[in-house]
Amino acid sequence: MVHNLSEEKLKDLKLKANKIRKLVIEELSEAKSGHSAGSLGMADIFSAFYFHILDHNPKNPNYEERDRLILSNGHICPVRYAAMALSGYFPLEELKTLRKFGSRLQGHPHRTSLPGTETTSGPLGEGLSQGIGIALTANLDNKKYHTYVIASDGEHEEGNTWEAAMFAGKNKLSNLTLIIDRNNIQIDGNTEKVMPLEPLKEKYLSFNWNVIEVDGNDIEEFIFAIENALSEKSKPTVIIAQTVPGKGVSFMENDYLWHGKAPNQEETEKALLELNAIERKLNA
Amino acid sequence: MLNPNLNLNEKLFDNPEKVATREGFGQALVRLGKINPDVVVLTADLKESTKCEEFAKAFPNRFFEVGVAEQNLAAVAAGLGVSGKVPFIASYSVFSPGKNWETIRTTIVYNKANVKIAGHHAGIITGPDGATHQATEDLALTQSLPGLSVFIPCDAIEARKMTVESAEIEGPVYLRYSREKTPLITTEETPSPKGKVATFWTSEKPQVTIFATGHMVYYALLAAKNLEQDGIQSLVINVSSLKPLDEEGIIEAVKKTGCGVTVEDHQIIGGLGSTISQVLAKNTPAPLEFIGLRDVFGQSGEASELIKEYQMDEKSIAEAAKKVIKRKG
Repeated sequence: MVHNLSEEKLKDLKLKANKIRKLVIEELSEAKSGHSAGSLGMADIFSAFYFHILDHNPKNPNYEERDRLILSNGHICPVRYAAMALSGYFPLEELKTLRKFGSRLQGHPHRTSLPGTETTSGPLGEGLSQGIGIALTANLDNKKYHTYVIASDGEHEEGNTWEAAMFAGKNKLSNLTLIIDRNNIQIDGNTEKVMPLEPLKEKYLSFNWNVIEVDGNDIEEFIFAIENALSEKSKPTVIIAQTVPGKGVSFMENDYLWHGKAPNQEETEKALLELNAIERKLNA
Repeated sequence: MLNPNLNLNEKLFDNPEKVATREGFGQALVRLGKINPDVVVLTADLKESTKCEEFAKAFPNRFFEVGVAEQNLAAVAAGLGVSGKVPFIASYSVFSPGKNWETIRTTIVYNKANVKIAGHHAGIITGPDGATHQATEDLALTQSLPGLSVFIPCDAIEARKMTVESAEIEGPVYLRYSREKTPLITTEETPSPKGKVATFWTSEKPQVTIFATGHMVYYALLAAKNLEQDGIQSLVINVSSLKPLDEEGIIEAVKKTGCGVTVEDHQIIGGLGSTISQVLAKNTPAPLEFIGLRDVFGQSGEASELIKEYQMDEKSIAEAAKKVIKRKG
């Protein structure tokens, strides 16, 4: 990871995030189903990962020393697919096959279908455990790669998440970083109404984790948090990233009804207009 | 008579030595630890009863205690598996693959992670612990998962051999073990099954084919001996690999007799009986009788008491054999 984040680089990451959002809208519109809000909310973090943080090689996705990025909440895979395509894993054109028959871009990620996805996910609560296994292998084999796991806030209702949190804390897995997409929504509504999760920070602290809270739509702040996580050598780090679900598309922002819905033609055009406006602003 | 070509235990009908199949698992782990540096073992607070202790002592840095957390057990192993390790996960079958079935489905099997799932304390012979701990549905849960191999060793020696061999298979495997000591049926010289069925009891003019799996092979052999005394000739086939299944071997064995009995310490729904029915229905329809749990849970008791109560003993098998012979057209 490049530690110095120049103005120019930051602007590029913001533009890439916006481009990812546009691709997400186009993918979902073409697929006619899928998860809009979480995908848009995490575009900044995915831009930071694929274009700054990760040691990866789109042309050789399985090289052994690569950093591992595990997506536990597999339903936001449109954002991962967009970031992967944009960084050269496969042609942008292939994004149109999302959720379609014969596609490598399954409705929820399938490791052996699409190299670079690292794990198969969708059923919630399982990603942190898998990340732990991958981090344990790094320790056993003295590999230097870092394992990052992205998980949703809603999937903290799964017991498996806490089984994993306990294990990582006990084993002091400092080569593991968890990023929680704290967007406060899930299918049935606001997370705090469905099942209160707070105080989340204190929960992780009590499980012996290093805890950082950031604005997950602020790329600079997020990258700074990752640097902090990488310098922690005695325990795993969790970055609780507050994100705005539907970010960048005004009529989707903070509305849980967009959790599991794709835009229709009219909504797609409206969303792209808004994202194009943001792009012009960034370039100005 | 016992198949003379397979070097089976000569003392099988004369107070045979009894060893639990879980012991074979424990011995195999230690052997694997020595020959394969990528083998790692994980348990969910059942190190002693699943016989991981020796491995844990010999290879402490390759042993992981996850606590009473079977979902984490499966998914951590999946992560180890996709990154180059050969993880064995040990718990009771009721919990793994019982409690963590979907985790196994997604993160191990669909994900093609190279994980070996060791299901211990399977069957009603788990005994005094009661029905909560007697897994009698695990074969249905596992054999329905696409691409998951399912092995059921008949004794401790076969258990050791099959466990060692499972590490050589690239991909997920489920192995089923018992808590109770059961007779040694095979010997060191008995050839390893390697995915094939084996005829343990042969007759010149067999009238019925008895398919048995796991420790129930012993009861099937006792039944064959009793039937012989009643003038009825039979075949006993050890089915130690439920998946992949040696369909050819099964069809061939049934063609010799025209009828069969299936014998398993499992529900008769979704296990050996269902699977053999499917093979026969498609290839060579023949009457079948089923020995196993008939849509009921077990209860506390000694293994021998339970085997008798649920009509899975040699007498019940022999009766089923006589019945199915009569059903032949």
